[in-house]
Amino acid sequence: MRITRVLGAALLALGLAAGPAAADSSPSPSASADDDAPTQAGTSFRTAAEIEQGERATASGSTGDYLYWSFPADTGQRPTVKATVKLPARHGAETWQLDVYDGLRRRQACQYGAQSRTAAPDAGSVELACVLRTVRGWSEPWANDPLPGTYYIRLTVVDLAAFDLGQPVGAEVRVDSKDIGGAAAVDGSLGKPLVPGIAVKSAQEKEGSKEAVLSSFGRDGWSSGWWSDRWVWTGIGGVLAALAGIGGYALTRGSGRPSRVPPGA
Amino acid sequence: MIRRQRLAVGVCALFAALTAGIAFPSGAVADETEQTAPKVELVLDVSGSMRTRDIDGGTRMAAAKQAFNEVLDATPEEVELGIRTLGANYRGDDRKEGCKDTAQLYPVGPLNRTDAKTAVATLSPTGWTPIGPALLKAADDLNGGNGTRRIVLISDGEDTCQPLDPCEVAREIAAKGIGLTIDTLGLVPDAKTRAQLSCIADATGGTYTDVRHKEELSDRVGQLVDRAADPVVTPVATEGADRCEKAPALKSGLYTDREEFGQQRWYKVDVEPGQELRASVSVADDRAVNPHYGVLLRAVTVHGREIVRGEAAGTGRTDVVSTGLRYPKQDSDDDSAPAETVCLQVTQSFSAASGVKTTPGLPLELTVDVVDGPSGHRDVAAFGLGRGWWLLGALVLAGFLAGLLWGWLSRWRVSVWRTN
Repeated sequence: MRITRVLGAALLALGLAAGPAAADSSPSPSASADDDAPTQAGTSFRTAAEIEQGERATASGSTGDYLYWSFPADTGQRPTVKATVKLPARHGAETWQLDVYDGLRRRQACQYGAQSRTAAPDAGSVELACVLRTVRGWSEPWANDPLPGTYYIRLTVVDLAAFDLGQPVGAEVRVDSKDIGGAAAVDGSLGKPLVPGIAVKSAQEKEGSKEAVLSSFGRDGWSSGWWSDRWVWTGIGGVLAALAGIGGYALTRGSGRPSRVPPGA
Repeated sequence: MIRRQRLAVGVCALFAALTAGIAFPSGAVADETEQTAPKVELVLDVSGSMRTRDIDGGTRMAAAKQAFNEVLDATPEEVELGIRTLGANYRGDDRKEGCKDTAQLYPVGPLNRTDAKTAVATLSPTGWTPIGPALLKAADDLNGGNGTRRIVLISDGEDTCQPLDPCEVAREIAAKGIGLTIDTLGLVPDAKTRAQLSCIADATGGTYTDVRHKEELSDRVGQLVDRAADPVVTPVATEGADRCEKAPALKSGLYTDREEFGQQRWYKVDVEPGQELRASVSVADDRAVNPHYGVLLRAVTVHGREIVRGEAAGTGRTDVVSTGLRYPKQDSDDDSAPAETVCLQVTQSFSAASGVKTTPGLPLELTVDVVDGPSGHRDVAAFGLGRGWWLLGALVLAGFLAGLLWGWLSRWRVSVWRTN
């Protein structure tokens, strides 16, 4: 009996320790080499430059250009998009804005972060940020929750003086994401990630031809969506329940043989 | 965490192996591109004003020549490059003659760098600035093939050949051809030139750049030529109808259309049971529009019932307004269940600024994807599993009570058995 109790206590302690540990574990954003990061941005959804998370992409353009990048985001991630615009030496006040769209080109809301900011005249740079909602594995078709797939970043100036149009600017974009884990694990999954042109692409792959694609993400590497730390929590819960059951049962038996039972019975 | 990663990696590897096995049974993959070569035409203003010495101490013409030489050296192999001039030949004062003065300096085709450079070296600033006619001719030069097409217009002054508005010319060109973009560069431009050149760029989804230094010019032109070399999906032109019955039937792919102000466009897509329809639409404002706008995309059954809609609205400066929707069709037990025809309706609420021509319509881009396997869903949480301290507490309490109950029950049973 004592052994069981000790074991029970130990398991409980382990469970308490393991639960939050499993819940809080998040992958550190893989700091990939920036050598192969794109140095140009696209000018439309169709031509968006593809970047990976954790990559620092740069681009040069002109004030007034619409600069597009795209990146993949998977279930349970909460992407943060950060952009820095280096402004020319002399300019008037101008407002820059960062918009994020999902694979269906629906605009995605930013939870927080300065999505648009006005640079004072002659300011050297302007920094923008957007923290998206957590990417869910599934949502109803009528909702516009973020789903795994391609995301587009659009960076542009939205308010400027006419004489500032066309001035050279530099832009820098980086996407990192926080793993939210089981708290955001919903049931269900998409048949295919929300990558534009994925139907055309898989047909092409079968034929073996290589053509330009709308978005090259999504061949593989997407999470299957069945794993979440909810398995750990529920499993530990089951074990603890069993132990508590044994404990409760033991309580009703008292210790040793009942006194009323005559010896030899 | 490690275990989780390993599991994920393992599952991914298994998945990849499986799909690879299915996708490439023969293992033979053709490695040729089917797109034709991207074409770029550089259109250079050689009007008299290019003599002005205000770019890094040299003339505008000298800066342009130097930039062209650098760009010609760095042009990617696959790009077919041509050069057209405007205002290079006619020295007279007759406006009518001057406005016809545009000539092809180097034809669009595989590039011979030496020939092209020699041709550029002969240029000297001369005549008028017929931007509109030059753009029309340049669009003709780029005809043929299905690769990307780009015009890079370098000018230092506004069009001197009114009433043909080059901005409208650009819009007409974009409406005619598919995937033709005009990028403009202004050499030390005044406000009017800037407005006109940026209007031309906006009309075709291109970019406008203000150039005040030599290296800016060569960097930017080089960047634009490189951009043309990037492989891009060319959209298929389609024409939506004003109601569903007459609408064109679309398959998965990228489509383009034009939608006039106040017009609606209908398209049809067939969705089998167990498939998911994904559609997204972008409407670009290629002219001056009022600053509040929106777009609505509806998926409607043939009987007119709305299934799902995507809507977006915006305010302020923008290139496109876009939205999308998805419609997973439930799998049917009946294998012979027919495909459902889903009608897609696109409407936009842009309004033209005063004095802006409303034809041709605004460019519309439609992506349709019909993918297998609709999303499955049974519970709010993954597999109905629980999480958190409340869950643990509830389970422990329930287990404890169950144990207690079981203990009492068995004690009671023993005592009943004993007394009998």
